Amino acid sequence: MTRSTTATAADTSALTYADGNPLGTPGEHKHHTKAPAKLNAATIRAALPVAFKKLDPRQMVHSPVMFVVLVGAAVCTLICVVKPAVFGIVVTAWLWLTVLFGTLSETIAEGRGKAQADSLRSSRKGVMARLRLDDGTTKEVPGTDLTLNDVVICEAGDVIPSDGEIIDGLASVDESTITGESAPVIRESGGDRSSVTGGTKVLSDRILVRITAEPGATFIDRMIKLVEGAVRQKTPNEIALHVLLVSLTIVFLVVTMTLAPFASLAGATPSPIVLVALLVCLIPTTIGALVPAIGIAGMDRLVQHNVLATSGRAVETAGDITTLLLDKTGTITYGNRRAVNFFPANDVELHDLIAAARLSSLADETPEGRSIVELANDKGVNGPELEGLRTGSKELTIVEFTASTRMSGLDVDGRRIRKGAATAVELFVSESGGHMPAEVQQRVQEISAQGGTPLLVAEDTHDGGARVLGTVHLADVVKPGMHARFAELRRMGIRTVMITGDNPVTARAIAAEAGVDDFVAEATPEDKLDVIRREQGEGRLVAMTGDGTNDAPALAAADVGVAMNSGTPAAKEAANMVDLDSDPTKLINIVGIGKQLLITRGALTTFSVANDVAKYFAIVPALFTAAFPGLGMLNIMGLASPSSAILSAVIFNALIILALVPLALRGVKYRAVSANQALARNLLLYGLGGLVAPFLGIKLIDLFISLIPGIG
Amino acid sequence: MVFSTASFITQIVVLLLALVLLHKPLGAYMERVFAGSTHSWPERVFYRLAGVDAGTEQSWSVYLRSVLVFSAVSILAIFVLQRLQGVLPGSNGLPGVDPWIAMNTAISFVTNTNWQTYVPEATVGIFVQMCLLAVQNFLSAAVGIVVAMALIRGIVRTKTHRLGNFWVDVTRASFRLLLPIAVVGATALVVGGVVQNFWSTEVVNQATGVAQVIPGGPVASQEAIKVLGTNGGGYFNANSAHPFENPSVFTSLFQVFLILLIPSALPYTYGRMVGDRRQGFTVAGVMAALWLTSTALMGWAVASGQGAASTAAGGLGEGFEQRLGPAASSLFAASTTLTSTGAVNVAHDSLPPLAGGIAMVNMMLGEVAPGGTGSGLYGMLVLAIIAVFIAGLMVGRTPEFLGKKIGPREMKLAALYILVTPTLVLVLAGITALLPDVMANAPAAGPHQFSELLYAFTSGANNNGSAFGGITSSGPYLSVMLGIAMLLGRFLPIALVLALAGSLAQQRKIPASSGTVPTHGGLFGSLLLSVTVIMTALSYFPALALGPLAEGLIK
Repeated sequence: MTRSTTATAADTSALTYADGNPLGTPGEHKHHTKAPAKLNAATIRAALPVAFKKLDPRQMVHSPVMFVVLVGAAVCTLICVVKPAVFGIVVTAWLWLTVLFGTLSETIAEGRGKAQADSLRSSRKGVMARLRLDDGTTKEVPGTDLTLNDVVICEAGDVIPSDGEIIDGLASVDESTITGESAPVIRESGGDRSSVTGGTKVLSDRILVRITAEPGATFIDRMIKLVEGAVRQKTPNEIALHVLLVSLTIVFLVVTMTLAPFASLAGATPSPIVLVALLVCLIPTTIGALVPAIGIAGMDRLVQHNVLATSGRAVETAGDITTLLLDKTGTITYGNRRAVNFFPANDVELHDLIAAARLSSLADETPEGRSIVELANDKGVNGPELEGLRTGSKELTIVEFTASTRMSGLDVDGRRIRKGAATAVELFVSESGGHMPAEVQQRVQEISAQGGTPLLVAEDTHDGGARVLGTVHLADVVKPGMHARFAELRRMGIRTVMITGDNPVTARAIAAEAGVDDFVAEATPEDKLDVIRREQGEGRLVAMTGDGTNDAPALAAADVGVAMNSGTPAAKEAANMVDLDSDPTKLINIVGIGKQLLITRGALTTFSVANDVAKYFAIVPALFTAAFPGLGMLNIMGLASPSSAILSAVIFNALIILALVPLALRGVKYRAVSANQALARNLLLYGLGGLVAPFLGIKLIDLFISLIPGIG
Repeated sequence: MVFSTASFITQIVVLLLALVLLHKPLGAYMERVFAGSTHSWPERVFYRLAGVDAGTEQSWSVYLRSVLVFSAVSILAIFVLQRLQGVLPGSNGLPGVDPWIAMNTAISFVTNTNWQTYVPEATVGIFVQMCLLAVQNFLSAAVGIVVAMALIRGIVRTKTHRLGNFWVDVTRASFRLLLPIAVVGATALVVGGVVQNFWSTEVVNQATGVAQVIPGGPVASQEAIKVLGTNGGGYFNANSAHPFENPSVFTSLFQVFLILLIPSALPYTYGRMVGDRRQGFTVAGVMAALWLTSTALMGWAVASGQGAASTAAGGLGEGFEQRLGPAASSLFAASTTLTSTGAVNVAHDSLPPLAGGIAMVNMMLGEVAPGGTGSGLYGMLVLAIIAVFIAGLMVGRTPEFLGKKIGPREMKLAALYILVTPTLVLVLAGITALLPDVMANAPAAGPHQFSELLYAFTSGANNNGSAFGGITSSGPYLSVMLGIAMLLGRFLPIALVLALAGSLAQQRKIPASSGTVPTHGGLFGSLLLSVTVIMTALSYFPALALGPLAEGLIK
């Protein structure tokens, strides 16, 4: 019985971890099509109505930089109404476009989330629940009416009406509505796989579900709010950035407002429209307009990786993580032990041992058993398949593993082949008069000392009696590519700590092989909490994954706790992210997404501020060359006329927002290099680039508009 | 007068050698001055008399309150005693000082500005000079230094409110640091020919029978702390252009050396205190790069201002001291404006337009290269926080500076800090430009008149104290406006720096990893330099275009 439970758990994990590339780089997960928002005519057209609605000053006031542009545009419009002039009207029109491009970028970023929210909503529409009443009868009620601790019955074909915990039964569930993964997963009462999510579909069997969510607070409800951006709050870093942007805006307000009295001394007072144009060009509109889009796109990238974060803050924190706690099993190693070697007893041929080990495992569907067959095949021992054996032999009995015998194998034509733990196999051979060879005994001890699991293979034939054929070495196998991945993390400044229930010897061997920085052996769930507290005490930020209820305290204590969607409700409640794929290595991608979010913000801020230098060189000579011809020397771009210079700067300022929307949505590419290398690269690209680009852009625009009569 | 490039370069090399040689021992000494917990017996007596509990440390708000109370009392005392000069001894027969001038002077000396809206030899006697102004020269310099110390403590300390004791710090800065160096400096200046006596000398020319009074006074002792404390208020109106204050090229160079001595050694102190000397070297490197660039540009602007036409028109003659020459004057002008000194050995009004513009830009940088005593360092550290915020974002970490997170609160304080002076300069100058009565007082016209206006408020708000003259009358309006500029330009940044220190001190320290942006080395240094220059350029470019650029760029 014990055996069968283990097998189910293993199968479930095989289903959930169907993606054979657990360390996949971003984008490699094969989920349903979640292409990032693209910028094309159709997207823009679809976003325009909402973008116009967002021009509402009550909404704009949350983005102070763009609010200033809005006010400036309104002031200019008034002036144009009172005193219409071609130049003034064109400038005013571009100021309005500047504001509109800002709201447009936000709307486009929100667009994809909206579509997703709609499909999520439809998944629950009209779902009826079979509520079990106290007297044992059932009653049909709408799924949205369910409250805490209601018990509902779900059978094959039913959509589970709300979040809950299975209190009885086992079912295979299609969770593709939330995970996008079409392979069904197994959910059963008791243990760490008992939670079900509203909106998912039961494919087989019958389960009793106790509802664990209040109406309107289910997982899908939270997900809808999240993807719609309804719960979006400014993160601490966004606030800090806003502070910088606002203070720059104030400086430029002062600069432009005082320019009027200063210039009046020289009798060259600029017109109000020109001053507003100068102000709008100087204040950091590029980043000011794109900050919301960057934030939304960051959350969106997380959703594309099938991770849901409870707040934007968690995403940012992910970028700051300095310590990763990783469970050994399933994350660093394949969840199961695998055969890595065969050691025959002294008087046994290697080939015979392998053939016997293979036969004993043919009917064994556990990962360990399968790995023995695979290794035998690798060593060139192909022998008969189970089907061939069935037809080719007179008599075939498959011996299942039981807790009492602790062996499995098969009886074929009077030959009994067994594999199992050393003590069990020793008992098996001694019953038939065989004995345990000393060299095998020693091998068993050696393998154990290395942290591996020794399995003995024995046979009992009528004529030859019982004898031990040799040992199979089962070991934890580190997933390929882990070493490189951890080295990458180290370059990013992230320490990896492996948590394992293994003894210290095994743990050390695996840790060395995988290349983690530290490990905790013989760890209990409480140890995880201790490690987190210790790391945090030293000022580090810790991320971890978990799925069990006993992980919940550690998930809550970690700065970034990622719960597996297959985990218990308690774990999901405690975590600040849920990974719908239940892939523990996803943490590494999450860190990258967090960093990418901050880098995009920093890059566009730098770009935006660096742009101002060129704008000064366009506008200042345009304003004052008439009064001081010497200042014409500052017109290094050789712009055609004062009005074309000012207009070119305004147009550039507006168009650059639109031009950078794709970058804001996609995010600046993040590479795992040291901070200094990343800084040097991004400073060169966005700092120096931001300095140079507008000189070219403004000149180019000037070349065009100087052809327009009345401007050039 | 000919600009001697050879002399210019020689002076720079000698100066840099001396500063490089001294910055480590002096920097290490300053760390010890502020670190120890033992008090000498005169200090203990002083603390007992003043009722100071030297054993307790203060939170940032108490530290700030101490700075403000101390400065307010000083301003009040100096104002009242100046007004009472006529009835006090040591007045040299001068009456009580005009109230507007007395107010402006009190604020000016307490804020380390040393803007002089009066002619010293005709306004203040020995008592005011020695017992009020010279004392403030020590104390205002000390206040700058201790605020910088409090900020460094905030960076270094973790999970605490305590930033040190203002009264202990200020006592130590005055008696253990400034006084000994000032004594040595004054002695050297006496040797160099600076006057040090208590009387004027009447000389009768036997041939003509005309009697001439040669003014005297304790000039050398005032002079040493004037430059050492980056104060700049001269004993005589002509300041360091006066032969009794600054007789030779040697004393001129020595004064520049004293101006730069403490500000250039403080980064080393900072590096030692944060336990990573590379941090100090990086800050010092940025300061040195800015200083060298600006000084070279100043030399170039002065040298190229002496074309044939300008010489014929009196070009580099008027306003320059023949004894010192344009090379020494360029060096002095650059250093006095890059620090908050404001002492002058050339009339800045007479500098070629672009050179005058460079003097303004130097102050507009926030006087951080190397800046006033203490104020230069804390100004540069605030800029470093802005730089690290940008750098942190660019590598994908919420920014941290030496293990401390730069969150919304830290950013608010740093952003406000860089906002204060440009706003003061532009708004106050803008208001003044609208007042025809004030502007009519200025003899110059066109862009030079605007330069005079801009220079006055740039100097006041940055606590420099040098002047372009011209527009600067001693009337009540400008006395008050410049008083506001000096007060807010000094104490708003100090309040913000101390709040920042308090906020940083409360945090725990995040250990650095390879994902942390290093705040040392060439890359961060260049970023810090760029942030400093670009922030300045963006704030002041249009104003500079209407002043020195309009005057200097002639087609």
